[in-house]
Amino acid sequence: MPHRKSLALVWRRREQRYKMVGTRCATCDGHFFPPRGFCPNCRRKGRIEEKEMAGTGKVFSYTTVYAPLEGFEELAPYVMAIVQLDEGPRLTAMLCDVEPEDVEIDMPIRAVFRKISEDGKSGIIHYGYKFRPNKK
Amino acid sequence: MVRNVAIIGTGMTKFGEHWEKSLRDLIAEAGAKAVDDAGISGKDIQAIYGGTMSAGRLNGQEHIGALIADTLGLNPLPSTRIEAACASGGVALREAYLMIAGGHYDVVVAGGAEKMTDVYTEQASLALGGAADQEWEAFFGATFPALYALLARRHMYEYGTTEEQMARVSVVNHHNAALNPLAQYPYPITVDDVMKSAPIAEPLKLLDCSPLTDGAAAVVLASEDFAKKMCQEPVWIKSSAQASDTLPLHDRRLVTAIDASVLAGKQALERAKLKHKDISVLEVHDCFSIAGIIAVEDLGFTRKGEGGKAFEEGVFDLGSDVSINTSGGLKACGHPVGATGIKQAVEVTLQLQGKAGKRQVDAEYGMTHNVGGSGATVVVHTYGRDV
Ligand SMILES: [Zn+2]
Repeated sequence: MPHRKSLALVWRRREQRYKMVGTRCATCDGHFFPPRGFCPNCRRKGRIEEKEMAGTGKVFSYTTVYAPLEGFEELAPYVMAIVQLDEGPRLTAMLCDVEPEDVEIDMPIRAVFRKISEDGKSGIIHYGYKFRPNKK
Repeated sequence: MVRNVAIIGTGMTKFGEHWEKSLRDLIAEAGAKAVDDAGISGKDIQAIYGGTMSAGRLNGQEHIGALIADTLGLNPLPSTRIEAACASGGVALREAYLMIAGGHYDVVVAGGAEKMTDVYTEQASLALGGAADQEWEAFFGATFPALYALLARRHMYEYGTTEEQMARVSVVNHHNAALNPLAQYPYPITVDDVMKSAPIAEPLKLLDCSPLTDGAAAVVLASEDFAKKMCQEPVWIKSSAQASDTLPLHDRRLVTAIDASVLAGKQALERAKLKHKDISVLEVHDCFSIAGIIAVEDLGFTRKGEGGKAFEEGVFDLGSDVSINTSGGLKACGHPVGATGIKQAVEVTLQLQGKAGKRQVDAEYGMTHNVGGSGATVVVHTYGRDV
């Protein structure tokens, strides 16, 4: 079983994966997701505070995955994307509620809370964000 | 005072599927060949650095430093395992180089090995996925090929790079591998073969991807005094440079370039006082075809965005001004992860010694470029025939 999915690991990342809680530096207004404990721009002069991301952004790059990781077999082929959040940070996430051929770079998207994967039939179910098209 | 360092011996196993050989057997074979080639005895050696990415996941074996010394009959020498994902071999080479350059030792063995076919493909994929960010990439479903596919798609979007141009990288690698008896896939392929192969992570197809491989490689490094005394045709390591970047791809300044390659490549040329036109043999880290294109751009052998076109026009074909991946590269020579960085050094050494057989090119200076993960570690070396 992949050890990226231990119960303790899942528990300590729930704020970020369930609610997209990152950080913001009050000195330079830099936004960080996943959260950073210190600001790489301001270093010791940085003032870090918690900041929940709005969950909106656009597709920066994407790929349709045909050879999935263990635990993702039922979803294949699925679309993975680098997402550019409106606040600035980029992250890697799966796209949902969209056909692979309809995905394009700069497409507006928003975060939704979904099941990510399952550790076998009796294993724990992992939740977190995916992104879907954000029709204006 | 930094001392000059030479490669005085090389050895490698055939790359491929070695069901009959263990990790230990592969290390023994490559290590013994390198020491024999150097014409030295075990008691000349003072230390060992060995690169392997995932022996724990793939073979259930850790403590690889001890395993190497024991296997090669080199106890009680200090023996250290280096792990930097797919750059493990290149970083092991650099550590060995630094130890001699810094005056700590005169003779050091640097090696690399990976035994990948002891597990099923799914397990090997998971192990390789360990080069990515487990919490912020793999957790959400990103495979290792998917990361390079994300890089490829953005490169296509920004620079108009095509899938056919990427396919050309695999074609060049296979052409050269056909001339290398130690390559995993010693036969040519066509652009059409690549285009018709199964999709892995679009736009990357099976023949855009390097394979799972068993293999090991080793080199013997020596100080100038020792090399001049013991070796007829030493190849000098002219420079070594290493750089790091964020672990996940998405956090980088650019997704279409690997900044750590740009920096390490620039430092390596500056330290060696070499220019691009001096380098005529170059091993780049083409774990995926797009990585070959990005490598020649990052290292400055083409302008940004023109790597695909250059491969298409044959700029890097065997025997051109810069022959790329004369070994067959990761794609066609094979990619036993921890061994790759050392194999690159073996290949450039053979080329500079005039011992590369049917794939021999005319070269005074060479370069190797070894990448860990999606670009979080890069190590670059340059080599020459003159000290
Ligand atoms: Zn700041």
